[in-house]
Amino acid sequence: MKKKSLITRRNAIITGAAAIGGLLLPGCSKTLPPTYGNILRMGDNLTYVAHRALLPGQSLAKEYSHSDISSFPATGTVNPADTSLESYSEEYDILKRAGFANWGLSIEGKVARPGSYSLSDLQKFPPRTHITRHTCEEGWTAIAEWTGVPLSTILQSVGILPSARFVNFYAYDGYVDSIDLLDAFHPQTILAYGMNGRDLPIPHGAPVRLRIETQIGYKSMKYLQRIVVTDEFVDMGDTGWAWYVGI
Amino acid sequence: MAPYTASKTGNSHHKRWVKSSHWIITVSFFVLLVTGIEMTMVHPRFYWGEVGNDLTPALFQLPVSRNYEHGGWDESVPFFDEAGSPVSASRTFDIFNQNGWGRSLHFLGGWFLVIAGLVYLFAGIFTGHFRRNLVPGAKEFSLKLYMRDVISHLRMQIPLATDGPNYGLLQKSTYLMVIFFLMPLMVMTGLTMSPAITAAYPFLLTIFFGAQSARTIHFIASAALSLFLIIHLVMVIKSGFKKQIRGMTIGK
Repeated sequence: MKKKSLITRRNAIITGAAAIGGLLLPGCSKTLPPTYGNILRMGDNLTYVAHRALLPGQSLAKEYSHSDISSFPATGTVNPADTSLESYSEEYDILKRAGFANWGLSIEGKVARPGSYSLSDLQKFPPRTHITRHTCEEGWTAIAEWTGVPLSTILQSVGILPSARFVNFYAYDGYVDSIDLLDAFHPQTILAYGMNGRDLPIPHGAPVRLRIETQIGYKSMKYLQRIVVTDEFVDMGDTGWAWYVGI
Repeated sequence: MAPYTASKTGNSHHKRWVKSSHWIITVSFFVLLVTGIEMTMVHPRFYWGEVGNDLTPALFQLPVSRNYEHGGWDESVPFFDEAGSPVSASRTFDIFNQNGWGRSLHFLGGWFLVIAGLVYLFAGIFTGHFRRNLVPGAKEFSLKLYMRDVISHLRMQIPLATDGPNYGLLQKSTYLMVIFFLMPLMVMTGLTMSPAITAAYPFLLTIFFGAQSARTIHFIASAALSLFLIIHLVMVIKSGFKKQIRGMTIGK
């Protein structure tokens, strides 16, 4: 007599396919980056979904002591006011000449009270200072002290709407990127205006940059210009770089 | 009688799950190796501890790309007023960097390796495969027998293949080392480079002495695994390539 097995190969394949389908389905409601049929982007999404499902939410990245602060290379855009570089921004150049006195961070989208925050507005909120390790996708690391206002404070101040799902960042050097709300409300995610006890230097993103300590360095966008809260994933096209880089 | 024939127990053929996981892991390893080399080319410097970058001293560096000692930095600006202060400098050199696909493909390969590896580990434990075919028996293992096996391998006296897992003493201990030490070490040090995972599990940074130490150990272990791969291939060829390949593929 043929033994009837509970787990037949056919059942295993059907269940497996359904599970993968379930994993990819959220992509249809635009809460994941589109894959464009690119297997690398599917893998990135798998990592993202797995991290969100398996890792305890909002654990704090390790914080270091003052003596651990290290030398810190400035890479990527290092000066949007340099006319000889591709990243030149006339708008940034003008703001920089006035010592960023006219700089303002506009916050709009799915928020109750959209507005613009000057540097001194941001500095009026209770600051957060932490010494953390920056992990660059290239393979190097560096430790620095960052001072800024928690992003959660600003999002609460503008009254984030219940439908909000993502926080999008726009920078003067042309970069656009986004993070989900778990990272946006992470206690160590700050809009940093100070580095190692001084004003944030231009090569490191003056006047204000994002610091997100549970992802790779390139998520910590420099030279912030505008923040837009959205209820769905804003497609930035296939940049060739993973959107979620907690790894 | 040669020592390697002492273990003629167990199955004479490779199990189907052993074959499938062997080849999935083989392909994953190749993907991880190629992308790992790519990432090494982007930053061919290795460090010890938590911190390491072009402005701090390296433990060792490899001349594997134009990024090696490129020196493209403008003047250093100290962060603090005291002497010996850490510095910042802006990079003026256009580095080689293909990490966009390199990283994503590395992690995709990692997923396949970890999933196939876990299936292999659980199956190996629950079917008794490890106990039966990989752990040397009490009578089989002695330092003298072990040395004899090492010497016969060095003399290239490689026994001819059988159809399945009738492994010699040195072969068994090498496989155990790869399965239970090198592979887990690769995965663990890899995870230690992830900022999200170390935030959740900071003990990883402690046991590997920091994020850069983990990267360095990851590199050294990958070199050890590559050495294993080369020796494994030589042994497969010397012991009867056709029979070995058939045994690990279409052979029953």
